[in-house]
Amino acid sequence: MSWTPDQPIVSIKDVHKSFGPVEVLRGISMDVMKGEVVCIIGPSGSGKSTLIRCINALNDIQSGSITVEGQEVHDPKLDKLALRKKVGMVFQQYNLFPHKTALQNVMMAPIKVLKQNRADVEVRARALLKKVRLEGKEDSYPGELSGGQQQRVAIARSLAMNPDVMLFDEVTAALDPETVKEVLVTIKDLAADGMTCILVTHEMGFAREIADRVYFTDKGVIVEYGPPATFFEQAKDPRTRQFLSQIL
Amino acid sequence: MDSVLDWLRPDWFFDLSVVQDDYNRGRYLAGLWMTAKLSTLCILLSLVVGVVGAAAQGARSRTLRVLVGFFVAFFRNTPPLVQLYFFYFAIGTILRVTGENGLPQPLVSNFGWALISLSLFAGAMNVEIFRSGIEAVPKATIEAAEALGYTRLQTYRYIVLPLAVRISMSALGTNLVNLVKTTTLAYAIAVPELLYVAAQIWSEDLNVREMMNVLLFSYVGIVAVLVWVLHRWEKALRIPGYGG
Ligand SMILES: Nc1ncnc2c1ncn2[C@@H]1O[C@H](COP(=O)(O)OP(=O)(O)OP(=O)(O)O)[C@@H](O)[C@H]1O
Ligand SMILES: [Mg+2]
Repeated sequence: MSWTPDQPIVSIKDVHKSFGPVEVLRGISMDVMKGEVVCIIGPSGSGKSTLIRCINALNDIQSGSITVEGQEVHDPKLDKLALRKKVGMVFQQYNLFPHKTALQNVMMAPIKVLKQNRADVEVRARALLKKVRLEGKEDSYPGELSGGQQQRVAIARSLAMNPDVMLFDEVTAALDPETVKEVLVTIKDLAADGMTCILVTHEMGFAREIADRVYFTDKGVIVEYGPPATFFEQAKDPRTRQFLSQIL
Repeated sequence: MDSVLDWLRPDWFFDLSVVQDDYNRGRYLAGLWMTAKLSTLCILLSLVVGVVGAAAQGARSRTLRVLVGFFVAFFRNTPPLVQLYFFYFAIGTILRVTGENGLPQPLVSNFGWALISLSLFAGAMNVEIFRSGIEAVPKATIEAAEALGYTRLQTYRYIVLPLAVRISMSALGTNLVNLVKTTTLAYAIAVPELLYVAAQIWSEDLNVREMMNVLLFSYVGIVAVLVWVLHRWEKALRIPGYGG
């Protein structure tokens, strides 16, 4: 069963996930094609983070199936490294390695994990930092960078692994309003380059602008989804409408 | 009659005649060298024990974790002198090989037993120190490494350990200074370190008070060197913009 680009690059089917007795995902299904950008919105605790963490096997699932490029993510025999090469993830709190400079943060995984040649990696890493508009900050430590700058290093660090899919979990939620924009611009650049992106976000304007589809989750289910124009203008479900009216 | 104040008289307090006598000076320097060697090797070995032990405590295998727990409890809750005797007298007498002359020979020298015993003693503390340092590394940082494809071992080696060492630095310094002071226990199994040679000298020359001062000054000096090295290390590890 080999994957071809006309099939969904990420395919989620009827996924259930519990933490102890609490069922957090209650039958989630979602298909994402290569190059698509989808946004997941929903109230706090509705399972958004849990869902995207399941996609790169940071969380396991109880039932259902998640495939990335045709490969079942929750197959016990899965090669985790192969999966993580394909799927990059950026966190709300950046989670940079504080004892490494920006450049080292970006270079480390390709060198240590992928065993790539250091000189080649360095060229690529510098180019990536430039791409996220951090030229000149190569030798700064995370503690010397602003939140927005750290988050862009984190994006570059993920990109250095050459992933096919990027997961973003509320990556602007911890930032000041001024720095939110610089991170969003970076993601927009990525999306424009054709990167497949799955984003959890509270930035509705941004979702409307870049998403191919917006999903609304509540209490572990997808209530409704659709292209941003119809989703934001003509939401059908009262829960969606209520959420949107609160947040917009 | 000597009063306590006499002891502080400059001519006694600063009587370092030991260094003027060639024979005694040679013995003193040999003892100093032995203490330096024992301390250095014990520090290095105890650090290895600490790193490996702390890693094992985070392992998936329950058996391994329980074993390390026993090891730490044993060495923390018994006196180091008793541990040293246990190794030297209990295990040392079993571990013998037949020498060239056909007589049984100890497999491990006195110095070897002191090194093993003291390294395990300080290593057990280091396990605890590193473990709390490891626990202080944010779970989210470890998760970021996992998401980048690092294996558990790679995460430990490149992320957790370097951060844990920095967090553990001050507790580690205290323990290593204690370790250097504890090397004097090797006296009890006749390892010719500083205290041992000092005792030799004062029992021959009847200069206990002078030798006591020499000893104390020597240890002040040795500990000062260690503190300086630790300080340099801490400074080298300091991360701009991180913690304090
Ligand atoms: N490791 C865990 N152990 C137990 N419960 C958990 C764990 N992680 C998440 N949960 C629970 O699962 C539910 C969904 O959490 P999740 O983080 O996915 O929500 P979210 O939609 O991302 O919320 P937010 O918008 O606040 O980030 C919450 O009720 C949370 O308490
Ligand atoms: Mg969340």
